[in-house]
Parts: sequence; C-alpha cells; structure tokens
Amino acid sequence: MNDQEEILISSKGFRNRSIIAFILFAVAIVASILIWKWIHHQPKIADAPKPLRKVLSLDEKVFSKTLSNTHLAKTYPVSKAVKHVRVNGDIGMKSALDSNWKLHLVENTGDTLLITLADIKSLPKTDLVFDFKCIEGWSQITHWTGVKFSDFARKYNLNAQTQMNFVGLSTPDKEYYVGIDMASMMHPQTLLAYEMNGKPLPLNQGYPLRLIIPVKYGIKSIKRIGTIFFSNTPPPDYWYERGYDYYSGL
Amino acid sequence: MKRAIKKHPLAIRWFHWINFPILAVMVWSGMLIYWANDVYRIGWGDKTILRFFPDSFYKALNIPFRLAEGMSFHFVFMWLFAINGFIYVLYLLFSSEWSYIFPDRKSIKESVIVVLHDLHLTKKIPQQKKYNAAQRIAYTVVIIMGLGSVLTGLSIYKPIQFQTLTSMLGGYEWARIEHFTLTILFTLFFLVHIIQVILAGWNNFQSMITGLFLIKNDKEIFIPAVIPVVEQNEDKTEPEKPVIILPNEKTDEVIIPDADNEEENQQDLNANKDE
Repeated sequence: MNDQEEILISSKGFRNRSIIAFILFAVAIVASILIWKWIHHQPKIADAPKPLRKVLSLDEKVFSKTLSNTHLAKTYPVSKAVKHVRVNGDIGMKSALDSNWKLHLVENTGDTLLITLADIKSLPKTDLVFDFKCIEGWSQITHWTGVKFSDFARKYNLNAQTQMNFVGLSTPDKEYYVGIDMASMMHPQTLLAYEMNGKPLPLNQGYPLRLIIPVKYGIKSIKRIGTIFFSNTPPPDYWYERGYDYYSGL
Repeated sequence: MKRAIKKHPLAIRWFHWINFPILAVMVWSGMLIYWANDVYRIGWGDKTILRFFPDSFYKALNIPFRLAEGMSFHFVFMWLFAINGFIYVLYLLFSSEWSYIFPDRKSIKESVIVVLHDLHLTKKIPQQKKYNAAQRIAYTVVIIMGLGSVLTGLSIYKPIQFQTLTSMLGGYEWARIEHFTLTILFTLFFLVHIIQVILAGWNNFQSMITGLFLIKNDKEIFIPAVIPVVEQNEDKTEPEKPVIILPNEKTDEVIIPDADNEEENQQDLNANKDE
C-alpha cells in the first residue's frame, strides 16, 4: 500500500482528527438506533409503521409501471400440474355454503346483478396451467379453468366499471375480502375459475367460484367469491389490514 | 510528527459503514420472510446435516410469525442497499480505487500465498498494495454477490414482470435458493471479515474510521531502487543484506529492512495486511 499518498501529521493533528472521526462514528451509530426506534414508534397504517407503508406505496408506484398485459405468467403443459394442490386457507369458508349460491355483481351502488354458476360457465372457457405463488414463499404448478375476468366484464357490459381504479371481492360471509387494481384484474390471465384439474372446484379450493390471479400472490386469489364490486378508492383487503403489502404484485 | 498513509477515502468509509446496518436489516428481514417457507437444508435423501434453520435459532432471534413485518422492512431497505451499492461501484470506477480492489492476473496465485501465510503454513510474505490478493478477490466477489442479491431478489419479487431475468436465473424456485445462498455467503463473509479485522489490530480498524493508517516503524528508509541494489552487488566482501522489493511501479521505492531487526520488520510489513 505504499503507493497510496503518504503524509506527515503531528501527533496532535492525528489525535484531533481521530477524535472528530470517532465522534462522528458514534453519532452515526446513535442516529441509526434512533431511526430504528423512530420507525417502530410511528403510528401504524394497517398494522405496518407509517414510514414503511409510505415506501411500500412508492414500491407499488414504481413496480405497477412494469405490469403489462404482454407480461404473462409462464404457462406449462397440463401434465406438469400437481395432483395434490396445497390448501392454505379457509377464511371466509367456515360457514356452510348456501346451496342457492349466486354471484353478486354490484354494477352500481344499489344495483346488483345475481349471476348463476351456469351463466358463468356459458362464457368463453379459458384453461391456465401456471406456477401459483404463495406469499409464504412456496409455489406450485396448478391447473385451473374458468372465464377471463376481462371476457366476463365484456359480456356483462362493465365498460364504465372497468374504467374505475379497483375491484373489490369478498366471500358470501364477508369474512375474507381482497382489493385489486384494475390493470391486474383485466390482465389476460386473471380468471374467475370454477374448475381445478379439469373437475369442479373442491369445497376447500373455493367452490363454486374463485379468483385465480397469477400476477398477484395467492392471498389475492380469493376463494368462494360472493360479491364483486368496483371502486375508485382501494377496497378493504384482509391481509393488507394485517400488515401486508396492498399491491402484492408479481 | 507521525507518518501516515491516506488509506481509505472518506467516500469509501461512508459507503462501508452505511452498508453495514442496511445489510444487517436486509439479512434479518430476509430471515423473517424465509421462515414462512423454511424448506432448505444441507443433506441427501432423508439424511439432514444442517437444517435452515433449527428451532433454537428461530427462537433465539424471535423470528417466527413475522412474515408481514419482514416483507415490509425488506422492500423498504432494499432501496438503500441497492442505491448505496450502486453509488459505491460508480465511485470505484470513477476514482482510482478500483485498481486497489479488482484482482489482476497474479491475484489467484498470490491469494494462495496469503491464505497459507495467514494459516502460518508459509513464511513467504504476500505482496500487496492497499489490499493483498486474497482481499482483492474477496472484496470484488462481495460486490458481485451484492449485484447477485439485487438481481435474484428482483427476480423473486416480480417474477412475472422480470420473467426473462427469472428464467435466466433458473426459474422462480432456483432464484429463491440463490438469493438465500447469497445471504448465507454474506454472513460467512462477515464472520471472516470480523476475525481478520480483530487479527489485524487497532491501527487497521481505526483507519476505516479516520482514513489514516499510521506507519509506526520509522526505521523503514525509502531510497530510490537502483542505487542500493547496485552497491550491494558490487560490494562482495560484505554479506548480502536481505532486500525486499515491494511492487511499486509509480515510485520504484525499495525498502531495505534492518538485518538485525528482520523479524520485526516483517511483522510491520504485515501489520496492514488483513482487514
């Protein structure tokens, strides 16, 4: 290291320089600890400290720009799909399913259309085999069949509604609910699914109708959809309220 | 008066010390996230040598059931980690500092000597400028690891929007394994780094804070290279003094250690080797 600049410094000069440097160093350590404590003592927004929420919103602003209808989740041949599909949640499905289930499509406030499963099955059918990704970190190649939400919206003339910012979905008992930005909802791989592995959805996978939205973590793929509505403000979201990222986009 | 070398520029000291708490938060929040699907282990078949992680580890660090918290910290501090690292690399490239850090052709061979020397298996003294060959390799690899963490991280954060990247890394599952492995390597780097800093001593440590590395041995004499070497070769009656020629293209300086005090001099030459 003798090719680095060498200087002569008085003992006093070196001591002063050291004192200043070490004081700054100590101040930096204390500042880091204070910032850490400050973050934790900030009021929480939906169970996450406010400064973190603000940056997470910034993350959404940045990364929602990368979302494109041409960025499709990788698809696989049906043979690659697993036979034993993991069941990871039953919130909103603990009560018995109403045998007279109908999808409540809230077109406008106070203006709800009831749609039967047969009606939905009559819409163009789409198959999707993709790598389902859970927010916990596991993933599984699974096979789903249903109608693209964008096809559904076209058939039900939801042009005005799909100009809004968000879609809200909830289970019939309102115990589980998600909010999804319109761009992700209208993504060509977002399905209202009624079949898994070529058979009607099992009860624990959300019979009769569930959402399959590959551009989001599994927490957004709500099972047993009861109601769909539209909103310009973010609809309530079960896991957001428990500290998770609202956007949760992939 | 003291002689000192301006060892670490202010910018490098800032990058280094800012990175330390940020990387700590990234590793910690990464553990909170990993816990939710902690499937990795070292072993084969049913035999597991090391599980990531044992329950006692989780318990000691209070990791379980904090996935949401881990994600929110991870996706906030990722910016600081990436920005600090990016500016650091820019600084290296636009200052002369890169030339002290990036390995050259001799580095691999020399790093073997460094390792053998550190393990007291050889008396050969590794050559070095600011850093020895092993340090050059380690500090360059750790930069590449940082880049690797950003890229593997991005590919599991947005695997559909950055699908090309994700598939280049072997797919979603592989990218997650790679991201995790890099974290383990960072912690191993940290452990070795700490041990080396302790072994290298106070002068070396304080130079990362003050920037100045003190030269304590005033017996070192710097003389233009040609003269003493020629003189020694001509004077056959005197026993040859050991001459250590340090590599220095810029100044062609030669250090002639005091023969009586050779061991001490060797130690002095090594004092700044490790950090």
